[in-house]
Amino acid sequence: MNAGAPVPVKTRSYFRRLSGYYLWYTACFGLFLAALAILENEGMPRQWIGYLYMFATIFLYAAIGVVARTSNVSEYYVAGRRVPALFNGMATAADWISAASFISLAGTLYLHGFDALAYVMGWTGGYCLVALLIAPYLRKFAQYTVPDFLAARYGGAARGNVVRALAVAATIVVSFTYVVAQIYAVGLIASRFTGVDFSVGIFLGLASILVCSFLGGMRAITWTQVAQYIIILVAFLIPTIWLSVKFAGNPVPQVAYGSVLPKLAKREAQLAQDPREQEVRARFQARADGYAKRLAQLPRSWEQGKVEAQRRLDAARARNAPLGEVRSAERALMAYPRSSDEAARVWLDERAANLARAQAPEPHAEPFPGKTRQESDIRRNNFLALVFCLMFGTAALPHILMRAYTTPSVHETRVSVFWTLFFILLIYLTMPALAVLAKYDIYTALVGTSYDALPSWVSYWANVDKTNPLISIVDVNGDGVVQLAEIAIDGDVLTLATPEIGGLPYVISGLVAAGGLAAALSTADGLLLAISNALSHDIYFKIVDPGASTQKRVTISKLLLLAVAFIAAYVASQKPADILSLVGAAFSLAGSTLFPALVAGVFWKRANHYGAIAGMAGGFLVCLYYMMHTTPSLGGLASATWFHIAPISAGVFGVPAGLAILAVVSLLTPAPTRETVGLVEYIRAPELP
Amino acid sequence: MPTEPDPEHPPEHRARIHAARAAHWARTRRLTALLLALWLATGFCTVFFARDLAHWSVFGWPLSFYLAAQGASLIYLAIIGAYAWRMRMLDRAFARQLGEPA
Repeated sequence: MNAGAPVPVKTRSYFRRLSGYYLWYTACFGLFLAALAILENEGMPRQWIGYLYMFATIFLYAAIGVVARTSNVSEYYVAGRRVPALFNGMATAADWISAASFISLAGTLYLHGFDALAYVMGWTGGYCLVALLIAPYLRKFAQYTVPDFLAARYGGAARGNVVRALAVAATIVVSFTYVVAQIYAVGLIASRFTGVDFSVGIFLGLASILVCSFLGGMRAITWTQVAQYIIILVAFLIPTIWLSVKFAGNPVPQVAYGSVLPKLAKREAQLAQDPREQEVRARFQARADGYAKRLAQLPRSWEQGKVEAQRRLDAARARNAPLGEVRSAERALMAYPRSSDEAARVWLDERAANLARAQAPEPHAEPFPGKTRQESDIRRNNFLALVFCLMFGTAALPHILMRAYTTPSVHETRVSVFWTLFFILLIYLTMPALAVLAKYDIYTALVGTSYDALPSWVSYWANVDKTNPLISIVDVNGDGVVQLAEIAIDGDVLTLATPEIGGLPYVISGLVAAGGLAAALSTADGLLLAISNALSHDIYFKIVDPGASTQKRVTISKLLLLAVAFIAAYVASQKPADILSLVGAAFSLAGSTLFPALVAGVFWKRANHYGAIAGMAGGFLVCLYYMMHTTPSLGGLASATWFHIAPISAGVFGVPAGLAILAVVSLLTPAPTRETVGLVEYIRAPELP
Repeated sequence: MPTEPDPEHPPEHRARIHAARAAHWARTRRLTALLLALWLATGFCTVFFARDLAHWSVFGWPLSFYLAAQGASLIYLAIIGAYAWRMRMLDRAFARQLGEPA
């Protein structure tokens, strides 16, 4: 097991050289920003700035890939195990911060207030489990993938293949849904900022991922991710610091927004009582009641509505109304539900949407508001369940755990997890600040302006995506003044529009988009490598052809990477709504399937082959069953939940079930062999310096 | 696979390695259990008592909001830092113990 020994490099000078490179890189990036700012001042059109960002960053990632190209097995799979802790932490942070974190989290915090903090707590708390229970032991084991560890620990050479296949299956299920979401985000950002077609955007992004990971595997990905992290950080901090100075007079947003929160609470209370706001909300309530009435009178109401729509069109045609009016009447008839069943579905959704908008805004900082104590308790329990699911899921994501293998020593792995969380927190502690600052701006500056004087970012973002507007403001009560209840914002727009909300030049908007692109690409890189390594190393090399030469192994891995990337891109280009909604579920599934086996593998010598198989399968099935059973779109019933826990938190049942099944089955079957016990002792033993 | 200590060493040396490993593992386990308890308490208490903590306020934040948005995450970071630091001490103590003459 020589791979475990630290590679004899002059670590200190290596570290200093790397730091030098990245300082240079950061300086050049700053110069690039300054140059773009000057160009914008000189009148360069927005579209060009979008193109420049997109191509410059994609070229950069590809260039790092070319420089770091390799076909050495150890370099390709684990970056030669010589990435210093600080840089490994930075790369893992970029691996971790996905498109969802970067683009959607601040918006989720804006929309859901305290409830959304479950994501911040869960995603950071998971790293405690990674650091304390898993990462150092994986490093001591010193192989290449997560299935490697599970196969060696549960069954050894002879019987490990079943465990290995299960672990590979879990890796692929979890990582594939996740990678599709990342590539989808790449397509969205590229198409919004440069105006290219969605699928073209996907393949442009893919090109840079491929050049990078295809040529250099883990080694190239690591150095690209460090570069991407720097872009993500700069892109996120600049607009937030700006808003923070604007509203709190303090350039440290994490500290400053404390002073804005009480002002926001006061404004919220004021808006909740405002008579005009109440008028708008009453209108939404009336619309919802209208749908309720029509739903109660189905199918008669559906027939009446159809006749009515037809009559309106005929009337418009008969009196030679203007073309626009005829067109809109035609569209209304076209969009009318085709059957009574479809009407029931559509109207239920409409009623729910209108009801939601008829509610007074919930106070941002108040935990678990509810009409009754019981309602509030249910929200608290769901918050807790989600926090723990996200924690266990984080501790079982293969593309994060894979990173534990790339440092020079066990100690460096422990330190690297510290740096990972540190770099993640630089972003995550800023997100709630951004949400509060943006909310305060919208509540005070946008609410109350007249419709003639809407800021330009509103109309820009309202027109970016016509079918599914990111922001829509309609004068519901016709008083010519914007009310809060008239604003509908999609969470995704918040991060992207922050620069414009704060009145910053377009260069910064482009920078934020480049940051989102970097977040999506870095995560996609890591995930694709996790999938293709599981296929090439665990399936091909360990099961199909154990005699393959190292050259052949790397080549196969590269080919599989290409194949997986194209499949993922194809799936993403179909805009699969069902897969995207599954991303949240990936955490529960990962936690339920892999976490029990990983932890018991280190901390419980008695855990054996049978227990691991039963535990992995059982945890997965319990989790899957609960999701199917309680999600209406998967054929379940929303009322069938246990203890009112939402389906996304299925892991709260799956993880304990997996642990219990693993324990019971292990105790009922023979103890593991002496060899396995020896392996556990080796993994636990400290590394001699 | 170096699962067993080097067979060239005399039996008393092997026993000493075993004892040192066992002691190291016991300490590791205790440290892990302690920090995990802290981890659990942080997550659970922040959420479970959030409504009661909301009446307190630190520099403008309601205490529960501050804990969920920043406090808990910073405690997690401290837990990982403390673990890495303490484990390095334990590893060094282990190396020293083996280095001493029999």
